[in-house]
Amino acid sequence: METHENTEPQQPKEVEPFDARKANRRTFISSLTLLAGGAFAYWGWDKLYHAPKETAADATAGARAPLRKVLDFNGELAERAVSPQNLSKTYPKAMAAKKPRVNGDIGIKGKQVEDWALTVYKNASESFKITLDEIKKLPKTEFAFEFKCVEGWSQISHWGGVKFSDFVKHYNLTEQAAMAYVGLNTPDKKYYVGIDMPSALHPQTLLCYEVSGHPLPPEHGAPLRLIIPTKYGIKNLKRIGNMFFSNERPPDYWAELGYDYFSGL
Amino acid sequence: MKYIVNKHPAAIRWFHWINFPLLAVMIWSGLLIYWAYDPYAIKLFGHTFFKFFPEWFYQKYHIKRRLAEGMAFHFVFMWLFAVNGLLYVLYTAISGEWRYLLPKKSSWHEAWLVLLHDLHLRKTAPPQNKYNAAQRIAYTAVIVMGAGSLITGLAIYKPAQLYWLVWLCGGYKTARLIHFTLTILYCLFFVIHIVQVILAGWQNFISMVRGFEVADASTAKIIAKRDNDDGNA
Repeated sequence: METHENTEPQQPKEVEPFDARKANRRTFISSLTLLAGGAFAYWGWDKLYHAPKETAADATAGARAPLRKVLDFNGELAERAVSPQNLSKTYPKAMAAKKPRVNGDIGIKGKQVEDWALTVYKNASESFKITLDEIKKLPKTEFAFEFKCVEGWSQISHWGGVKFSDFVKHYNLTEQAAMAYVGLNTPDKKYYVGIDMPSALHPQTLLCYEVSGHPLPPEHGAPLRLIIPTKYGIKNLKRIGNMFFSNERPPDYWAELGYDYFSGL
Repeated sequence: MKYIVNKHPAAIRWFHWINFPLLAVMIWSGLLIYWAYDPYAIKLFGHTFFKFFPEWFYQKYHIKRRLAEGMAFHFVFMWLFAVNGLLYVLYTAISGEWRYLLPKKSSWHEAWLVLLHDLHLRKTAPPQNKYNAAQRIAYTAVIVMGAGSLITGLAIYKPAQLYWLVWLCGGYKTARLIHFTLTILYCLFFVIHIVQVILAGWQNFISMVRGFEVADASTAKIIAKRDNDDGNA
């Protein structure tokens, strides 16, 4: 075997002469670090996995408290990114499903009330009622977009109604729309959602009364529902009964069951 | 005489071992999400070969009806997973470690020879530096996959705000399919990775912990020479 001594000066830092003490020390320290790190990771995961559920406050419940903090942070971050310029892609009406999928009947199980009217609470003491005919008199907006369910499926469907922003202008609710949230619920109050105002005022957010070019059938939320393409389906409340405004988060059905409050797309 | 051959810098070892549990949590929470809408299957000529996933799988690992939980974990750990991955890429770029990791022109042909050698169809393996040609391709591919997961993940996460990313991914549905497929590929990567590590032996494994291998004079000299070659190239 040839001598190696003469090659040593040129040797790069990758290769160094074997020193048992040094090698043992490096092995010991690094192995211990990995074991300690593994133990720490296990401890941290165990603590997080068994973390107490959040205390039901601020309109959310059901999630592990530390996770909820991050979800809310994500939501705040995303809320700032909501821009009226960022539109959900729209499609030709012909591409829309003839029979859009129906998923869930919470809040609309009971029979539809004959004399339905939307109740708008301007503040704690002042409210007024609007009939469907009055709403239909406002400028109509219709488009087809890819409706997205929190479960993961999506479907192109065609909806028509009044832009929420047009509605706000027409009924002189600009003062109310300066608040942080709008709350909506069904007449029986069994399903309820809270929507941040930037998303509510987004140009594609509709108070919707038509699907596939026809009046909404009961299962799609007749007579008036929310269509908000910048949110998952869980926020697209069917059969709107009441509307109110708030700087606090309005109660939200799915956010109380561990889902993200913002649920924005 | 024996030599210490320094192989993996401490930073790479940290990134590697931190990534392992993070990716595990991402895959597990991803499964909880996927269950809520699980249409994917391997189908050929109308015959379903495998459904993602069979009922027994969901049952055994308690995957069912945990969508909210899955989303919560997924959208918390995504930050850690992404930051760790981005720091790794930044580190390899700045430190020059990319020279050992990126495939070279010769890697594509050499990887084939490595494969034949690993399958005992060829006696000798092509000469290598820290990583052989197959490793260069695999370790670079897995980073490209990671980038793919981030891009498709963002596209599914905020399709309205990041509409241009959705377009880049070929649509919302396609983005979800790619996101899922990449996850399956991570699992395959993991299996092959573990088998290779077992076959390569203890020295190779422990070098990912302590950073160095102990080599005899001839091996060390070859490594030293090759490292110089790389430097001159």
